[in-house]
Amino acid sequence: MGRYGKAVATAAMTALLLPSLAAAQGTGQSLTIAVGAPVTSLDPHYHQLSPNNAVADMIFDGLVNRDAHDRNRPGLAIEWHAVDPTTWEFKLRPDVRFHNGNAFTAEDVAFTLARVPRVPNSPSSFALYTRPIQAVEIVDEHTIRLKTAVPYPLMPTDIANLRIIDKETAENATTEDFNAGRAAQGTGPWRVLEHRNGDRIEFARNDNYWGGPPAFARVTYRMITNDATRTAALLAGDVDFIDQVPTADLARLRREPRVTLSQAVGLRIIFLGLDFSRGGATPFITDNDGKPIEPNPLKDVRVRRALSVAIDRGAIVERVMEGAATPSGQFLPEGSFGYVPDLAAPRPDPNQAKRLLAEAGFPQGFRITLHSPNDRYINDARIAQAIGQMWTRIGLRTQVEAQTWPTFIARAARQELSAWLIGWGSSGGEASNPLRNLVATVNRDKGWGASNRGRYSNPAMDALLDRAMVELDDPTREGLLRDATRLAMEDVGIIPLHIQTNIWAMRRGLQHEARADELTRAQDIHPAAAGADSRPATAPDARPAR
Amino acid sequence: MTSFLLRRLLQAVGVVLAMTLLVFIGVYAVGDPVEILISPEADQQERERAIQALGLDLPLWRQYLVFLGHALHGDLGRSFVFNEPALQLILQRMPATLELAFGATLVALILGLPLGLYAGLKPNALPSRAIMAGSILGFSLPTFWVGLMLIMVFAVQLGWLPSTGRGETRSLFGMRWSFLTLDGLAHMAMPMFSLALSRIGLVIRLTRSGVRENMVMDYVKFARAKGLSPRRIVFVHIFRNILIPVVTVMGLELGSTIAFSVVTETVFAWPGMGKLIIDSINVLDRPVIVAYLMMIVLMFITINLLVDLSYSLLDPRVRLESRE
Repeated sequence: MGRYGKAVATAAMTALLLPSLAAAQGTGQSLTIAVGAPVTSLDPHYHQLSPNNAVADMIFDGLVNRDAHDRNRPGLAIEWHAVDPTTWEFKLRPDVRFHNGNAFTAEDVAFTLARVPRVPNSPSSFALYTRPIQAVEIVDEHTIRLKTAVPYPLMPTDIANLRIIDKETAENATTEDFNAGRAAQGTGPWRVLEHRNGDRIEFARNDNYWGGPPAFARVTYRMITNDATRTAALLAGDVDFIDQVPTADLARLRREPRVTLSQAVGLRIIFLGLDFSRGGATPFITDNDGKPIEPNPLKDVRVRRALSVAIDRGAIVERVMEGAATPSGQFLPEGSFGYVPDLAAPRPDPNQAKRLLAEAGFPQGFRITLHSPNDRYINDARIAQAIGQMWTRIGLRTQVEAQTWPTFIARAARQELSAWLIGWGSSGGEASNPLRNLVATVNRDKGWGASNRGRYSNPAMDALLDRAMVELDDPTREGLLRDATRLAMEDVGIIPLHIQTNIWAMRRGLQHEARADELTRAQDIHPAAAGADSRPATAPDARPAR
Repeated sequence: MTSFLLRRLLQAVGVVLAMTLLVFIGVYAVGDPVEILISPEADQQERERAIQALGLDLPLWRQYLVFLGHALHGDLGRSFVFNEPALQLILQRMPATLELAFGATLVALILGLPLGLYAGLKPNALPSRAIMAGSILGFSLPTFWVGLMLIMVFAVQLGWLPSTGRGETRSLFGMRWSFLTLDGLAHMAMPMFSLALSRIGLVIRLTRSGVRENMVMDYVKFARAKGLSPRRIVFVHIFRNILIPVVTVMGLELGSTIAFSVVTETVFAWPGMGKLIIDSINVLDRPVIVAYLMMIVLMFITINLLVDLSYSLLDPRVRLESRE
């Protein structure tokens, strides 16, 4: 018994020692961040995945960087322009050094562009951003030209996805060398000290960062995938900063004096996809007796409009999303390139929906199954259930089937579904991105419609998009993208629901510049200015046009 | 003895083969890893490249044969997600899981055996009733709820224990262990206890019923008649007999604690194998799933073997094979 007693005493002593330790960690020069999605690699060209890109942004820079509103900003290039319709020239920043002391030159850029398409075993490579480049020409040590076959206005936006690595270090480096930290030598604000796969990454400040050294000497970047635990770790003071704050905890955290929240309107639209691929019956729509309906009712724009105006987007945002979203009638939030100002979110109107259904020949409605993932987007299955009720109200007997993402996406990709809830994050904050991927007619050679799982097709819209993709003049291009967006939306090619708001939480005393692209990066966090503690560190929601 | 071991080995090979085949068919049936791993922005050409890079363009039976061929050379494939050898990934995470599982088993035995013994010897005393009621709670509370409650009480409200992670680690045999540092032990306390809770209940119940059964056996009466002290009867004669079921059950439980402490590891952000396997299943990272399950099958077979061998030590009547 004596021995047990001693053990208990030791445990109690250990416990008593700890709060002071935890408190010491929270203040001063170090910062502990907990993120919800695991980082899978430190190789910036291995896997095109948001958590990896966030960490790559801490270690490396692109020629073009993106600001909090996802607009292009000078990174390792100080200036860029098209010298002729098919040649882009980038002027590189002088006197920049990699973490290992090597000077940054045009050679490193050429090396990076050559490496990107050749990373072995990549499950999702960055090669699509280098594919338009036909030739790379090093003009001098700090000037590089990229040649394309046709005019390519998206070059700066695409190039922002590629983080520049040191030629000398990375020449023979594998992804494993990057993961071990050896090859992860960038020009960015943080140096890698240690990487423990799936657990944590330790960073030290790069005192020689060209953009000025960041606010903290050390950063611990932890991965805590469980939502409740992540919030608890913040409340317990074990971490200083968390991302992906669950909407269920929002009300409580807003009341909590020890915690500050930051938020920004995101670039992720949640929408409903519809089956356009079948002329005959679509598998999950039947009449009220369970018999297939031919032709496919979703081919009738009146039916699609009815489905859209039946939805009360405001109610979903308010009650299901706890306010952490904005109802939307198009792909992108206000202020983005290609946003259509007069295209508001459709107002809920069940009577009009019923009328439209009757006009389309379905006064008695029909049965429909709405599919949804249940572990992918914020409150995804609950949103689908809310829509199910709203559709039932206009006379459509709706069944909601929510499944885990791997199963759901496999079925959606095989085009087995009739109507489904899904999301899209527009990187680059530019309308050609969702237009090309979600509603453009599927075309392998152009790389269009890769995520157009409903096989929507609108030749008039395709023609506008074709012109926009080779238009170097920004105002003209924006006009074309607006017209294309309007066509797709008036034809209800997809049913947009809302745009998510990205929310972070931190201990009081910190300030955060919230990002539209969801990335959690240590350089965006600063100690709050004196007296500014209680003010929520909220980025302005309005996004100025570029 | 040799033929017994040989038979076990053959069984093991059969089970492992059947399991790998099941995983291949299972993952194939659930979905397409490329659909999950690939960036949504990837176009059709990029998708085709990724499918080829991961070897998923071959028909399933050929993928399986390729896997078997490599496995014979000791290569269980590279993770789709991490681009590192699957086995290496698992072994990196193993110490974290092992120390938690052994810690939890130890706690279960240290707390469970004395409590069960007491409850068995004095079945009608009030503390015994309390112990038995408590053991039912230990069984029936869901691990994930217990874990969150522990965090809320001891980390958030009282601030006594750190909420998540492994804390400070120290190297031993080239691996990192938390139990070698005070900070690490403090980090281990809550996950270890939450994992141990249902096992404590199990040990209490097994011990108690064992004691109750053995107390009325002839050999106990005989020992009493011989004038042995009650202490010797309980701690030498009865204890040895009740250990047999306890060892069997705890052996198997140890296996499942190592293999499936997924929930506890996720709640406490404990970077062990359980967390790796659940993350891998979510993205259909087949090489990791296969390698992990192969290892688990081998582990269960080894544990079963050890349990069988320990019987013969605990009970001389048990023979591993008949000597006819």
